[in-house]
Amino acid sequence: MIQVESLTKLYGSHVAIQDVSFKAKKGEILGLLGPNGAGKTTTMRILTAYMPPTEGSASIAGFDVVAQSLDVRRRVGYMPETVPLYPEMSVVEYLAYMGALRRVEDIDERIETVVEEVGLVERSQSFIGNLSKGLRQRVGLAQALLHEPDVLILDEPTIGLDPAQIIEVRKLIQELGRKRTVVLSTHILPEAQQVCDRVLILNKGRIVAKGTPADLQKQLEGVDRFVVQAGCKSSKLLKLFKDIPGVSEVQKGLQEGMIEVSSEGGQDLRPLFARRVVEAGIDLLEIRSTGLDLEKIFVKLTKDDIQTGEEQ
Amino acid sequence: MRNVWIIARREFRHYFVSPLAYAVLTMVFLILGGIFFINIYVGMQMGGISPDGRIVIQPLVTILLFATPALTMRLLADEQRMGTMELLLTAPVRDWELVVGKWLGSFFFMLLILATTWIYPFILDLMTDPGIDQGMLVSAYVGLTFMVASMLAMGVLISSLFKNQVPAFFATLGLLLFLWILGGFAGSGGNPVTRYLSFLGHFYDNLFRGVLHLTDLIYYLSLTILALFLGTQAVEARRWR
Ligand SMILES: Nc1ncnc2c1ncn2[C@@H]1O[C@H](COP(=O)(O)OP(=O)(O)OP(=O)(O)O)[C@@H](O)[C@H]1O
Ligand SMILES: [Mg+2]
Repeated sequence: MIQVESLTKLYGSHVAIQDVSFKAKKGEILGLLGPNGAGKTTTMRILTAYMPPTEGSASIAGFDVVAQSLDVRRRVGYMPETVPLYPEMSVVEYLAYMGALRRVEDIDERIETVVEEVGLVERSQSFIGNLSKGLRQRVGLAQALLHEPDVLILDEPTIGLDPAQIIEVRKLIQELGRKRTVVLSTHILPEAQQVCDRVLILNKGRIVAKGTPADLQKQLEGVDRFVVQAGCKSSKLLKLFKDIPGVSEVQKGLQEGMIEVSSEGGQDLRPLFARRVVEAGIDLLEIRSTGLDLEKIFVKLTKDDIQTGEEQ
Repeated sequence: MRNVWIIARREFRHYFVSPLAYAVLTMVFLILGGIFFINIYVGMQMGGISPDGRIVIQPLVTILLFATPALTMRLLADEQRMGTMELLLTAPVRDWELVVGKWLGSFFFMLLILATTWIYPFILDLMTDPGIDQGMLVSAYVGLTFMVASMLAMGVLISSLFKNQVPAFFATLGLLLFLWILGGFAGSGGNPVTRYLSFLGHFYDNLFRGVLHLTDLIYYLSLTILALFLGTQAVEARRWR
C-alpha cells in the first residue's frame, strides 16, 4: 500500500531525513518513533503529497506522490501535528467543507458516522474555536476519516490528550487499522509498542531500527534507569556505584543524596544496589526504576547500529 | 472546477462572520452617502443638481483602493498562519483551484459592495428630470467591476506571499498605490505603450466616460489572470521550500 524508497529531504542545506525506506501493507499499523526533530513530520508530509522529497520516491496504492499527487491525496486521510482547523466554523460546517472538497457522497450521513466514531456528538454544533485541545484533536481525526481513505496518516495523534482519551484514541486507531493502512508518529515508546504492528525508529533523519514491537523489545532490553536516594552526599553514592558490574553510567540526581544510575545487561540490579548502600552503613531512602529512556535508547541504537526486522 | 466554487462559497460566507468585512461595507456606504448628499446639497444651492450618476464613482474608486487590501489580506496569508494550508494542499485540490476560489469569493463580496452603491445613482435618478444617463453609468460600473477584479487578484497574489495579514495589507496597498501613481504619470503622456500600461487610464479615459471598449476590459482581465497565475506559482513554490 505504501512504498517508500530512499527518501531524502533537505531544507536549504539542513538534512531533515536521509535515505528513509520502508513499506506498509494493507491492514497494518506502522509507527514512526523518534525524538523531536527526528524527521517524522517531514516523512509524513512527503507521503501526503504536501511537499516533494529532495531525492528518492514514495508511492501510495501504486500512485507516485509527486507525479500522481491528486490520486494520492484522494486516498489519504491526514491529521497534521498542529491539527489546523478553522476556529470560526462549527464542527459540522468544517467537516461539510472538507467533505465537499473531497467529494464525499452522502455527506450528512458520513459526518454523523465520523462524529460518532470520534465521540463528538454532543459538540458537533459548537464552534471549533470554543473546543478544548483534546476535542479539536478529535475534529482533526474526524476530518481524516471522512472520506474513508485507504491510508491514514496521523502525526502524533495522542499528544495533548488526557489519559482516558489517549486510551480511546489508541483503541480507535487499532480498529481503523484493521481495514486500512495507518501510519502514525509518536515519541512515546510504549504507545508505539502497544498500538503498532511494526515500528520504525527514526533519529536525526535516519532509520536506526525497525521491526515488530517484540523485536524491538529484545533489542531494548537491558537499558534501564534507576533513581537512588540515601542519607549521605551524592558524591559518596557516586563512588559507591561506579564499579558495580552492569552499571553503565552514574550521575548526580536532582537533589543532594540522590543519584541516577543506568544499567545494561537485562537483570534487575535493585537488590544489589540496596545491599551496597546498606553494607556501607548508609541509610537507604529510596530505589526507584524510572524505566526506559527514549534518549538513551537512541544513543544505544545509534552506537550499536543494530538493525533487526526484515525488509518486507 | 467544482473546487473553485466550493472554496469561493466558503470565502464569501466567511465575510459575513468577519467584523472587518462589515466595517468595509459600512464605510463604503457611509462615506459615499456623505459625499453624495453634500453634492446634492451644494447642487441645490447652486440652482440645480447635475444629473450625473457617476458622482459616487470617483470617491468609490479611492475607497476601493483601501477596501481591496482589507478584503484580500487574509485569504491565503491566514491559511498559512493557521496551518490550514497543509490541509488544503493535501486535499485533492489543485493549487490554481485554491487561488482562483479565494479570488472568486472576494470578488462576489465586492460585487455585493458595488451593488449597494447603486442606491445613490438611483436616488439621483428619482430627484432629477429626465433622470441620469444610464448608459454612462452602466459603462462606468462595468469598468469598475473589471478593474476591481484585477485589484483583488493582485491582493490574492500578495496574500500568498505572506504568513500574516497586516504585512499583506500594506504590501497590497503599496502595490495598488504604485499603479495609481504610475498611471497618473503615464495617462497624460503621449507614449502609447505607457498609456496602454496605465492602470487608471483604461478606466478614467474610456470606461468612465461611457466608452465601453473591449481592449480596456481585456487589459484588466489579463492583469487578473496574470496575478492569479503568479499566485498559483507562489503557492506551488511553498511546497518546494
Ligand atoms: N519548514 C522547515 N524549514 C526548515 N527546517 C525544517 C522545517 N521543518 C522541519 N525542519 C527541520 O527538519 C528536521 C526534522 O523535522 P521534523 O519536523 O520532521 O521532525 P519531527 O520528527 O516531526 O519532530 P517533532 O517530534 O518535534 O515533531 C528538524 O531538524 C527540523 O528543525
Ligand atoms: Mg513532528
